[in-house]
Amino acid sequence: MSATVLFRRGRVIDPRNGVDGVRDVLVRDGKVAEVSDTPLPVPPGAEVVEAAGRWVLPGFIDLHVHLREPGEEGKETVLTGCRAAVAGGFTAVVAMPNTKVVNDSGLVTELVLSRARAANLCHVYPAGAITKGLKGEELAETGELVSSGCVAITDDGRPVMNAALMRRALQYATMFGVPVMVHEEDLTLSAGGAMHEGSVSTRLGLRGIPASAEVAMVARDLVLLEETKGRLHIAHVSCEGSVRLIREAKRRGLFVTAEATPHHVILDDRAVGDYDTHAKMAPPLRADRDVEALREALVDGTIDAIATDHAPHGVLDKQVEFEKGINGIVGLETALGLTLELVHAGLLDAKRAVELLTHGPAKAFGLPGGHLAPGAPADITVVDPLEEWTVDAHRFYSRSRNTPFHGRKQKGRVVQTWVSGRKVYADGQVKESR
Amino acid sequence: MRHLLGIEGWRRDELEAVLDRARAHLPGGPDTTHLLRGKVVANLFFEDSTRTRTSFHMAARGLGAGVLDWSPSGSSTSKGETLLDTARNIEATGPVAIVMRHRSSGAPHLVAKHVRCVVINAGDGTHEHPSQALLDAFTLRQRWGSLDGRTVLIVGDILHSRVARSNLWCLKALGARVIVCGPPTLVPPGLEALGAEVTHNLDAVLPQADAVMCLRLQLERMSEAFLPSTREYSRLFGLTTAREERMKAGALVMHPGPINRGLELAPAVADGARSVILEQVSNGVAVRRAILEVCTS
Ligand SMILES: [Zn+2]
Repeated sequence: MSATVLFRRGRVIDPRNGVDGVRDVLVRDGKVAEVSDTPLPVPPGAEVVEAAGRWVLPGFIDLHVHLREPGEEGKETVLTGCRAAVAGGFTAVVAMPNTKVVNDSGLVTELVLSRARAANLCHVYPAGAITKGLKGEELAETGELVSSGCVAITDDGRPVMNAALMRRALQYATMFGVPVMVHEEDLTLSAGGAMHEGSVSTRLGLRGIPASAEVAMVARDLVLLEETKGRLHIAHVSCEGSVRLIREAKRRGLFVTAEATPHHVILDDRAVGDYDTHAKMAPPLRADRDVEALREALVDGTIDAIATDHAPHGVLDKQVEFEKGINGIVGLETALGLTLELVHAGLLDAKRAVELLTHGPAKAFGLPGGHLAPGAPADITVVDPLEEWTVDAHRFYSRSRNTPFHGRKQKGRVVQTWVSGRKVYADGQVKESR
Repeated sequence: MRHLLGIEGWRRDELEAVLDRARAHLPGGPDTTHLLRGKVVANLFFEDSTRTRTSFHMAARGLGAGVLDWSPSGSSTSKGETLLDTARNIEATGPVAIVMRHRSSGAPHLVAKHVRCVVINAGDGTHEHPSQALLDAFTLRQRWGSLDGRTVLIVGDILHSRVARSNLWCLKALGARVIVCGPPTLVPPGLEALGAEVTHNLDAVLPQADAVMCLRLQLERMSEAFLPSTREYSRLFGLTTAREERMKAGALVMHPGPINRGLELAPAVADGARSVILEQVSNGVAVRRAILEVCTS
């Protein structure tokens, strides 16, 4: 391991600092030391990364990852999740609290952080629960969670159905400056639903989840946000109506941020095909016009971040009747390729795509990193934008293989991931140092 | 050899081949007991359905097959065995076909992906009930010769009806016009994309129909607030004697059964001159014999 690294002649895309061009990047002692448009001399003992033809990017930040530890280590652990993260170019992930011991206390937060330190691969930022046990009844101790290291609070996987409680959560969290991250789903509208309500659910005879199940809750929470002057982050936005409301709220200056997953912007409800449980998620894959709206929202800034909602599950959770299938797919190792599909299709420019994976999420949660100015952490992802490859779920570093993208052709791949100036992924291999 | 998972995806000529073949299986037809002699047909019914199960049972026996009747009561599913475990265990007994009824839409599709024998969908959730649609179409062909240019009106709980979906595809494929009618809470979105005309006004379309297919109203829908009351339903969507009088001369009345008498259908209409309900039942065995024959050949 070298303390000094020189990335030579790569295309540096650093949206926060307005950089997009061929640069040399010098890293020293885990931090970015210099970014130069003229070639830099190689310092003695420095490792040189020849990056011509490649993109040198701030490390990706994923605001929405399920690491499953503690409790469901058969699906994923902090370690295997971190391996998947760095293989996917992510140098930081936010770990959701809906583990089988819910992260609603400093104890669980500390456990996750200690596992992350032991893994020693990427930054892991725990998110704590909004309510004790995710039950939606009493607030969890936000103060303790934040002081133990949580960067957000969320009951992800479940909405906070009680509006008064949600209002208090927004109010209370203002003391700590952390965003309240919400999974927007009115359970009375989604009850019994297995996929998006539309012509596909009608064809398949599956009970549908109407878009209103999400939009109504987004509307409610924006109303509460306005009153409380809190800070709201809307997870996995899936439909046109939500986009419209968020756009309008931002225009009025509310402190709201939002994320979309690669699968919601790439696939629509037709991906369910003939009951493919790999296309089953919450929120469900929506109609094509929703996908269209999400893509526009990525471009115009209504959506701040691409987040994977990496949700590992076992084979048996998916090899069942569609209605019984568990929601969610793994996402860390396919996120870049899917995002680049939009870039190659001309729907998103490269700079904005990078912003959605780096500065956008960093800013939404106030996390370090996400850019490459001197002094920033040397969290760097090197991408070959032209390498063609095929998604092979059997080769995932994640412990789970639940993806609808197995066999999908991709153009553009992560070739190296560096965290705090240390190479943690290169040549298809995760480099562990324990 | 081919699965029958649904009517969707079957071409007109393929459907007609089954219907043509069904004629040979009517009572008094040639002896067909050799067709599946020595073979076993597994009846895998996760949901009760005396009519469909019995009908398939008789159809299989009529072709000379042995029947393995399997139902989940008190058996392994209650002990956590998955659908695929059960299906693979049944498959291991070597049936030529699995006839399957399940409360989840798509369950037979899952099984079909993992077993080697033919899978015949005997009703999956709120998705399809292909053998019912085929016997309905068979009954109409018996009366009309052809469905071309005919209008069939399907009335009732379209949302939860597997019969409605299968019939929509089947009748459309055979050349009929299909109108569906029910309260907006029980008509799913996007039916037009599947080829149906949608209305909520029964009286407006009733005179256009050459056949009216009334669907069974699941009474538990009341508690889910899809409808205010059975009384109101029957007033708006029940085929009463008064409505029957406004039907086209010669128009037929159908029902997949079992009937809630007086709710979706007045008793006098169910038993009246237009009704072909009993023909539907008796044609069931012949059509299912044809399905077993065509799918396993
Ligand atoms: Zn999630």
